[in-house]
Amino acid sequence: MDGLVLKTGGWLGLALLALTMAVFAVDWPFAVHMTIVMIACLLVMWFTMTRADYAGYARGILKAPADMGEYDDDIIRWGVIATLFWGLAGMVAGVYIASQLAFPALNLNFEYTTFGRLRPLHTSAVIFAFGGNALIATSFYVVQRTCRARLAFPKMARFVFWGYQLFIVLAATGYLMGVTEAKEYAEPEWYVDLWLTVVWLCYLAVFVGTIVRRKEPHIYVANWFYLAFIITVAMLHVVNNLSMPASIFGSKSYSAFAGVQDALTQWWYGHNAVGFFLTAGFLAMMYYFVPKQAERPVYSYRLSIIHFWSLIFLYIWAGPHHLHYTALPDWAQTLGMVFSIMLWMPSWGGMINGLMTLNGAWDKIRTDPIIRMMVMALAFYGMSTFEGPMMSIKWVNSLSHYTDWTVGHVHSGALGWNGMITFACVYYLVPRLWSRPRLYSLRMVNWHFWLATIGIVFYASSMWVAGIMQGLMWREYGADGYLVYSFVETVAAMHPMYLIRAAGGLMYLAGFVIMIVNVWATIAGRVREEKPMTETPYNPAADRPLVGTAVPAE
Amino acid sequence: MSYDELRHFADSWGLLGMTIVFLGLIAWPFRKGARQHHEDAANMIFKEDDNV
Repeated sequence: MDGLVLKTGGWLGLALLALTMAVFAVDWPFAVHMTIVMIACLLVMWFTMTRADYAGYARGILKAPADMGEYDDDIIRWGVIATLFWGLAGMVAGVYIASQLAFPALNLNFEYTTFGRLRPLHTSAVIFAFGGNALIATSFYVVQRTCRARLAFPKMARFVFWGYQLFIVLAATGYLMGVTEAKEYAEPEWYVDLWLTVVWLCYLAVFVGTIVRRKEPHIYVANWFYLAFIITVAMLHVVNNLSMPASIFGSKSYSAFAGVQDALTQWWYGHNAVGFFLTAGFLAMMYYFVPKQAERPVYSYRLSIIHFWSLIFLYIWAGPHHLHYTALPDWAQTLGMVFSIMLWMPSWGGMINGLMTLNGAWDKIRTDPIIRMMVMALAFYGMSTFEGPMMSIKWVNSLSHYTDWTVGHVHSGALGWNGMITFACVYYLVPRLWSRPRLYSLRMVNWHFWLATIGIVFYASSMWVAGIMQGLMWREYGADGYLVYSFVETVAAMHPMYLIRAAGGLMYLAGFVIMIVNVWATIAGRVREEKPMTETPYNPAADRPLVGTAVPAE
Repeated sequence: MSYDELRHFADSWGLLGMTIVFLGLIAWPFRKGARQHHEDAANMIFKEDDNV
């Protein structure tokens, strides 16, 4: 009883502290954020006080099987649902801001719905909320299975999940209110950064704790990638967000670095967020789920180890390629370019390793739409890791930088690689996590696959055309030495491409909605009556010996 | 340590050390007897399917 009083009192104390911060806030967004924190504390206090079996209620609502005491899967089920929820929010925001670029009236002349406020909402929602929840959920699934051990520190693991959702809510609401550090992919302000640091260190503790408790002597390579992702993101996040708040009651802070040092720190962070969050983490998914779905071991375990160390040693130097032709010293730009080009090799080694896992089972691409998604994800991983090094070459970058080509490149990686591999993993996980015989519908997975693939093709190709056209128009000089086009003329010229891009995004979103329906029905325990994906051709009329008039050759 | 000293250390001993560590890590999977170990590791994820 004393323990309960202490815990409840502690949460109430934290809620009161948040209230105090809200009352003394020097700007209103900070007051809103502290109110959100206070509500979160009061909710936890309520859950502690009532002492009900909330995990049991959640299992009832989610129609999840009971905890068998084998693996701790509740949190993974929540993670799958959070992935789909935030994915929908992020993709809807993406389609909306893509439409804003084609039709500026959609800014609604309202500060909270302008492109500048919604754009970080879109990027953070898809990368950190959709991708991050997928990474947390799959990492907890994979580390338990490959270590043959139950998750370490179950309470801390639950804190990681809910703490991460609070981080997402604070970040997203902050963007809408204009709270930003103005660092791309690191926009959240100092207090949200501190909160994420706490959550992330707990994530590290749970993950490492589970590895330490493993019953398998060898640590499977997927866990190496997950661990590299967790450790490196912690390091990047802390260094890039070193800053001094203007007031501890306010949302504004100033970076510890200035000028080009700040820019380099930001892009050291930014490119390694791509390298370790969107690459290493998702490669971990690839190294577990592709072999499992294909039912054959990875093509070369040795290559996977070489892939790992090459990525770790090379990626960390590639950041300066974001700062070509800036105040950054020339040698640093060249260093970034050279390391980016070298990265091409391990990336393709990894892609080949994933694709060749299907060696001897290529027919699965025809019969299994989940494998088809994985193969498409790997193909896009290969394409965007070829395009990236090419764009990092200074000569190419002088054309491509600041144009929509970059946007197309990012989306071929994000939609093609990260999106597709996440969809495939969720399709793999849902029937297993909810003990269902199979997905509600495999044909809907097929629809999802084609809508997503065609959507990406529209998106990437329109952005190539838009970006290269934009770059060429910007640098076009007339005979008299003046620039031929004004900026607004390039914007007008890109209008048709913006429409195609929005249409491509809409198709990708439509495929995702089909996925949500499919997963929803699977969780509800329904199985769709449908024609199988492949038929066994059989013609009984032809399957018999010939009788009658035929004469053997003489 | 001044910036200059750090910079000189980074592009001499630091670079050499990193290169040696990297080459060592790449050479390690090619050691004798690694093949069997890798095969076991690659098939380890299927063990759970047998004894559920």
